[in-house]
Amino acid sequence: MEDSFVIRGIEFRSRLWVGTGKYKDFDETRRAIEASGADVVTVAVRRTNITDRKSENLLDFIDPKKYKILPNTAGCYTVADALRYSRLAREAGISDLIKLEVIGDERTLFPDNIGLLEATEILAKEGFIVLPYTTDDPVMAKRLVDAGASAVMPLAAPIGSGLGIRNPYNLKIILEQATVPIIVDAGVGTASDVAIAMELGCDAVLLNTAIAGAKDPIMMAAAMKHGVIAGRLAYKAGRIGKKLYATASSPFEGML
Amino acid sequence: MKLMINGETVDNVKAGTVSELLEELKIVQGRVAVEVNLSVIKKTEHETFQLKDGDIVEIVNFVGGG
Repeated sequence: MEDSFVIRGIEFRSRLWVGTGKYKDFDETRRAIEASGADVVTVAVRRTNITDRKSENLLDFIDPKKYKILPNTAGCYTVADALRYSRLAREAGISDLIKLEVIGDERTLFPDNIGLLEATEILAKEGFIVLPYTTDDPVMAKRLVDAGASAVMPLAAPIGSGLGIRNPYNLKIILEQATVPIIVDAGVGTASDVAIAMELGCDAVLLNTAIAGAKDPIMMAAAMKHGVIAGRLAYKAGRIGKKLYATASSPFEGML
Repeated sequence: MKLMINGETVDNVKAGTVSELLEELKIVQGRVAVEVNLSVIKKTEHETFQLKDGDIVEIVNFVGGG
């Protein structure tokens, strides 16, 4: 099923994007990503171990020629930090893509949207392809696009919470007014959550913990892959309207 | 020369340039980004950028993340 979408001239073939955190080891990471069918993987930027050079490198297991590497600014609580990590990520990687996070609160990991807006504007001017992680706020989504965001990534629920799509109506409004791709990021728990996001019309879903934290991450990765396909097809097929009362599926005609 | 690398003081660094430092630390070039005193040093400048005593160096790479 060829059904790609484009962000600033880059074609994305998979509508499921996956993170690479929290796996048991790099081999499990690689197998889960393969099972998910994703062509985009997110990574974090951290200090290289300078004393133990035997430690393996993530990119030995995830071929950057096969997958689009999307670095994040996870863990950044200030605009200055987010800019610093973004610039290092661009230099460590091969593209201008950045999943921009400016976190505002430790317990919820909700974004600091004021800082996010500021950082988006600065990075977009520096030529970054900015994909900001934001709350499911339609006005904020608009403001981010005005500031230069190339896609908007509203959360479904707090990162790693597995609560699923908590506000489908806000997402619907965001989607209705969208002029850039909308990728639901964070908070999904299982395949049906992913399907709901896609049924709403989201362009893609990004998740990590829902796969990495499952009892069988490889099987859950496959489930997510099918969830995305099911939801996308249902969206394109056009679902029936919801009604309060029944409509018979079998004809009256010919009844005894 | 003494450098602060990734938050640790490293004495007796022989390297003069960023490239030489990565080699001395046995770090494969190309997959890391280097920052000296809060400025990112582009890969194309690794061979020419001269380090000096007391520089604060950060060497980063990609790790698993969401």
